[in-house]
Amino acid sequence: MIVYLDNSATTRPRDEVIDVMNNMLKIDYGNPSSLHRMGLEAEKKVESSRQIIADFLRVRKDEIFFTSGGTESNNIAIQGLINKNSRAGKHIITTEIEHSSVLNIFKAYEQRGYDITYLNVDEYGFIDIEQLENSIREDTIVVSIMLVNNEIGTIQNLKQIKKIISKKNNNVKLHIDGVQAFGKIKVDIKDLGIDTFSFSGHKIHGPKGVGGLYVRKDVNLDPIVFGGNQERGIRSGTENVPGIVGLGKAVEILRDNFTQEKEKILSLKKYFASSIQEKIDNIKMNSLLDNRSAPHILNISFIGVKGEVLLHYLERFNIFVSTGSACSSHKKGKSHVLKAINLKDQLIDGTVRFSFAYSNTKEELDFALDKLIESVNEIRKITMR
Amino acid sequence: MDRVISISLGELTLKGKNRSYFEKSVVKHIKNAVKDLGAPKVYKDLGKVFVEVNENNIETLIKRLKKVFGIVLISPCIRTDKDIEEIKKASIAAVKEAMEKNNVSTFKVQTKRADKKFPIKSMEINRQIGGTILRNFESLKVDVHDPNLYVNVDIRNKCYIYTDKIRTYGGLPVGTNGKGLLLLSGGIDSPVAGFMIAKRGVAIDAVYYHSYPFTSERADEKVKELAKILSRYCGKIRLHSINILNIQREINQKCPEDELTIITRRFMMRIAERIANQNGHDVLITGESLGQVASQTIKSINVTNSSVNIPILRPLIGMDKTQIIEISKDIETYETSILPYEDCCTVFLPKHPVTKPKIKDIEESELALNVGELIEFAINNMEIIEIEP
Repeated sequence: MIVYLDNSATTRPRDEVIDVMNNMLKIDYGNPSSLHRMGLEAEKKVESSRQIIADFLRVRKDEIFFTSGGTESNNIAIQGLINKNSRAGKHIITTEIEHSSVLNIFKAYEQRGYDITYLNVDEYGFIDIEQLENSIREDTIVVSIMLVNNEIGTIQNLKQIKKIISKKNNNVKLHIDGVQAFGKIKVDIKDLGIDTFSFSGHKIHGPKGVGGLYVRKDVNLDPIVFGGNQERGIRSGTENVPGIVGLGKAVEILRDNFTQEKEKILSLKKYFASSIQEKIDNIKMNSLLDNRSAPHILNISFIGVKGEVLLHYLERFNIFVSTGSACSSHKKGKSHVLKAINLKDQLIDGTVRFSFAYSNTKEELDFALDKLIESVNEIRKITMR
Repeated sequence: MDRVISISLGELTLKGKNRSYFEKSVVKHIKNAVKDLGAPKVYKDLGKVFVEVNENNIETLIKRLKKVFGIVLISPCIRTDKDIEEIKKASIAAVKEAMEKNNVSTFKVQTKRADKKFPIKSMEINRQIGGTILRNFESLKVDVHDPNLYVNVDIRNKCYIYTDKIRTYGGLPVGTNGKGLLLLSGGIDSPVAGFMIAKRGVAIDAVYYHSYPFTSERADEKVKELAKILSRYCGKIRLHSINILNIQREINQKCPEDELTIITRRFMMRIAERIANQNGHDVLITGESLGQVASQTIKSINVTNSSVNIPILRPLIGMDKTQIIEISKDIETYETSILPYEDCCTVFLPKHPVTKPKIKDIEESELALNVGELIEFAINNMEIIEIEP
């Protein structure tokens, strides 16, 4: 049995997704920009995917742009917004718990002389609303916030955030990194007045290397990718047609099963969390278990255990988890998110992230739980003196 | 006009009666290093070794040959028959090529006649070729003291014209000086140590200790990759991979915390010695450098030594880190070495390791362990991987 509990890192594409992609690669391989019939067919498929995604997000079809994934979407949106509005000011705001694809853009702009505010978060990962209110100035042009944190699952209160931004400076553009939220929680992009929203295919059982960006109709971006004007100039380059069609298929299935799958994932998370609480001592839950946290992410610190060691213990039983976030696992430094929520170093070292998918079963979790208890006990026995 | 690479063998030629043994060995290594490049012909011509090349693979060939120990100089040459008109033509071509690569305004012709029967004397060849070059390249002048370009004419059974000398690592052909077992970790030092000893003609195998599942499979891959890079210099390497978690666990539970590292190192030495004895390795090789970490103080090294009888070579012992890093960058192991994965030495890291251990104390602590059984278990579960260049 393979128990894959690393669904925040990536997900297994659904079989239907693989089938349509296969078809696009083998048969309908036309370039949407070609004038002939094969090009037209490809274009129709891309547009149909765009429609599915727009409907799912309840936005207009011409507000959806395809990209290579979350990182590129964040880059296009944030840089595009800053560059377009740089005459209005050089102050930009983000949080200290963003994904590196956002933080590194801010760092780059910091070097170019922009003034940056990094919002602090509390022990659960919620941003300091008061600090946000006090930070917004006349020359603030962009605020970028991730809706669901990829390491601990915290869902920011966007309604409140948007209200404060509008009150203080209505010209500020709001970018939302929605990669971990997309397909996991309901997002009212229109109601919330979000300007740009990024999402990715491989987090929702679609393919890797494809994602998208919502850009509100009346929002202008300076492009950062130049070429043949595909995606109306926002992201030039021949479209990843198989990827886009696969993403459309993934969203279509998700749309039909959203509530049911979400409920299932949430109940798996709650079951796993409470079982661990019951059976393993000396742990700390870093994810909330109520509706302020995403249904698929469960972050726990095991005292006296190194997260990486636990990960390798579990992989021997074909149980796959993550320490902190997968994207930062190649770096030696400790997770900036766990530091930001003020977790002690010793706890950070022992942190593991379990993330669930619709396809996980209770049997899998019981097996994982068994091996988890066994591994934690053994590691503690070896390392604690 | 054919293209060949001429190869000069440095200290080998001083080996007296053993010279042909060393030469044969280096030729074998040269053939091995280039065999997948369309099996170019390797031949000797009056004491020098030559490799035939075609234009397309000359860069790759040079890169490979640079890594063969025992070679000191490599020169891409134009080969002609021993005919003065041919030599003139080749010289013009060689100068033209050199001028395309570098700024050249002055030159000097140097002729060597390994074949003393060639009717034209060296000085006369210099004069004739020099005159030809002057006539063909108006911008060039002769400078016999400090020219930009040396045009070398080397007369053997064939004639070779070249303008470039590429210095290589030198050393002795691998395998001419016995066999060693390298304690290879994922760090910066041990691959450099292996390189340095291989360069002295020692054939290298390696042993690698890990603590899976305390360490990751990526760390394994990293060590394999390091062995692979090393194998491009020293040929095929047998990598012995040994899990010492069991041993570390026992030490952690039964011995004083501050002695963890030193006792673990003694186990590593003992296991390595066993492998060496079984496989005919004459020495162990480590990347230790004096004072770098607690287990590398002079007292710690003595305590480590006392666990085995086999000689241990420590080529980096007097080097500092920047020197070692410089070599590791040069031999292309550095980028791999700095990949950050847990290794077995950091799994159980005492807060205050002993820096001045006494043999007597350590031996006493080890009484709590069943040393023989632990080593037996580790060796029985050993994995051996053949690493080819």
